[in-house]
Amino acid sequence: MDSTEIGLWGVPLAMLGGAIRVSTPFIFVSLGEAITERSGRINLGLEGTLVFGAMTAYAVAVMTGSPWLGLLAAAAAGLCFGLFHGWICKFRGVNDIAIGIALMLFGSGLAFFFGKPFIQPSAPDLPAIPLGGWSDIPQVQAALNVNVLFLIGAALAVFLWWAFRNTRAGLILRVVGDSSDAARAMGLNPNTVRLLATGIGGALAGIGGAYLSLYYPGSWTEGISSGQGLMAVALVIFARWNPLGCFAAALLFGGAGALGPALQSVGVTQGYYLFYAAPYIFTLVIMIATSSPSRSLAGAPGELSITK
Amino acid sequence: MSDRKKAVGVETIGMAMRFGAFTALDDVSIKVPAGSFHALLGENGAGKSTLVKCMMGFYHPTAGDILVDGREVAIASPKDASALGLGMVYQHFTLVPSLTGAENLVISREKVPGIIDWRKERAALAQFMERMPFKLPLDVKVAELAAGEKQKLEIIKQLYLGRSFLVLDEPTSVLTPGEAQEVLGLVRGMTKAGDLTVLMISHKFHEVTAFADDITVLRKGRLTGTGKVSELSHKQMAAMMIGDQPIAALDSRAPVPVDARQVLTVKSLKAPDRTGLKTINIGALDVKSGEIVGVAGISGNGQKEFLEVLAGQRTRDAGDVLVKGSPYGASRAEARTLNVRFIPEEPLRNACAPRMTVAENMAFRTFDLNEAGKPINWIKMSAIRDYATRLVEQFKVKTASLASPISSLSGGNVQRAVLARELTGEVDLLIVSNPCFGLDFSAVAEIRARIMKARNAGAAVLLMSEDLDELLELSDRIFVMSDGALVYETPIGQASVQTIGEHMAGHH
Repeated sequence: MDSTEIGLWGVPLAMLGGAIRVSTPFIFVSLGEAITERSGRINLGLEGTLVFGAMTAYAVAVMTGSPWLGLLAAAAAGLCFGLFHGWICKFRGVNDIAIGIALMLFGSGLAFFFGKPFIQPSAPDLPAIPLGGWSDIPQVQAALNVNVLFLIGAALAVFLWWAFRNTRAGLILRVVGDSSDAARAMGLNPNTVRLLATGIGGALAGIGGAYLSLYYPGSWTEGISSGQGLMAVALVIFARWNPLGCFAAALLFGGAGALGPALQSVGVTQGYYLFYAAPYIFTLVIMIATSSPSRSLAGAPGELSITK
Repeated sequence: MSDRKKAVGVETIGMAMRFGAFTALDDVSIKVPAGSFHALLGENGAGKSTLVKCMMGFYHPTAGDILVDGREVAIASPKDASALGLGMVYQHFTLVPSLTGAENLVISREKVPGIIDWRKERAALAQFMERMPFKLPLDVKVAELAAGEKQKLEIIKQLYLGRSFLVLDEPTSVLTPGEAQEVLGLVRGMTKAGDLTVLMISHKFHEVTAFADDITVLRKGRLTGTGKVSELSHKQMAAMMIGDQPIAALDSRAPVPVDARQVLTVKSLKAPDRTGLKTINIGALDVKSGEIVGVAGISGNGQKEFLEVLAGQRTRDAGDVLVKGSPYGASRAEARTLNVRFIPEEPLRNACAPRMTVAENMAFRTFDLNEAGKPINWIKMSAIRDYATRLVEQFKVKTASLASPISSLSGGNVQRAVLARELTGEVDLLIVSNPCFGLDFSAVAEIRARIMKARNAGAAVLLMSEDLDELLELSDRIFVMSDGALVYETPIGQASVQTIGEHMAGHH
């Protein structure tokens, strides 16, 4: 048997590769959202931040020739969006979800407006590390060609998981997210903590956007995100606000998303479009399976407006 | 934290606090010497909270001075207060539910290192707990602790933070008698040893008599009395607290007729509890017309779930609930035909729509009926208003207007409004839970009198309460609920606090 012909084994392999490739933006957006939600606020605007981050990263990379500067610019833009959301939400009677939706539309719109001239030129890509060098099967090599951002994301998930329980900042974040009253009694200002948490969340979403335009798919188009920012928000709830859970869920999502293309590549010609819907069906099934009419959501931060 | 500070004394001189035209506090001077246990008495709205909030730096008094250990100090913020060793334990818990006890303690400290070395912290905490009079599991999430344990943790937190003057705001309102005795006894011990000074806000005279050295009484923002507990009777204290306003007296108990019909019957009821891990299991319970059956128990032993099943807020797995012989599923139609009325705990949450008006809330049972009790299609706002006007007057609900949202009323008045709604009309079965939780003296007396009156009028009353005194005062029979089951039954004549307490603690 020819070594390039690996038959049906190609499907799980392609899914693994796909999981690693597709999951990275999910990882960053969901970790960012996990930080924000742990502070007691929801930022639905991350979809807009993701798109704007993608545009900013691409534009800066085209103009400077450095993908890393593009990445930094995307993070900075995300930070601004996050801080803006956090700042507006500190006012009385402002609803974080409504502001999030407004910022989602605003971010996308702004990105389309500034991004028009950058649809044509091509920008340098973020580097990837070939971890599949030990194998001479090209499919394996392709699947294990891992982008640095994926590795950073994985490390970040572990770090956040550790930091939520072992650092002052982590504990303060959880205090504020669980009880504003307790936080105030401790002399903390919940609004400041939430402002910072939303800002950091936005910055991470911006980085997720940079990955989209600078690595995979690797170009700037208006349909680049196709709702990944929103799915990442759902993913945080599914992961029960646990950073490691976010990472695992992002991989699952990525894998499910790669199912359609993988089947197509091994010659399944009928019905594979159905499998393109896998991530969405997957979300629904998991949400239904993990919910219960008699229990409230375990692990939800007490100050979150959706669980209050 | 390891160096134990000695108790400090606190004094206020001519304290006054005005919010616009409203005077919350007027020329109040109190003296709490170091190492004493001082009780601050007063009705709701008497200015107790305002006074202690001024002492703690939450409010800036309009006039007056604060002396700590005889020296005049400026307390501009809670931070200043804590630097002077002044701390407060609130009526509502300020612990963070999803954090463990240890995490709660460490994060509340003034200086927390950027990265927490848990091994070191745990060792330090274990050492600190050695010196504490109570033992607590610190590695459990606070949400999973019982109310008594939370209250102890609140006090421990203050001591951990090095506070040596504590304000306790109704510290026992969420505790069982046993827990209350224990907590106050331990605090009392610490004041006797000179490690702590305590200022306790309370409504409960027996606690004040048992534990406090001195009292100060406030009424309508003014100081109306002060003195040594040993020299004052309950009657004198009550007079200082409520002035000349009459207190509702309990109806004398009419004997239960021998042939009284059985109104509520519960048979082998099973339902999941809050965690979904355990089930509550009520073997058999019956309540006859004209009697009050009390259910005692430490909170978290399934009383809440049992009540929720009866109220239709929780689904049951098995068993029967019968009212006057017909199955009862808590639907509106059933409640109406069988005359079942319900006074749940936290009435604002469980029995009201907080943002709807007082009048609308009072009409929940009757708004879709006409005078003859027949369903109507068009709702008349004027009828709802007239009905509410009548009830507000009858039950003395204090409200600015019938059109104000019910959430703007004080706790006692929300409870009065709910009582008015539930006790008006024919009542065959009344289910009541913790009706006096957090209410002041005169409201409590009035609400208990209303319940007794309903009983004497022939209603069957099922009363669940965490306040054993209340159960002993009102009930004809008492059940004890422990670990999701009814474990003990006694007629009131033979009830002993000790035996009930032992069953509550699950020692049988």
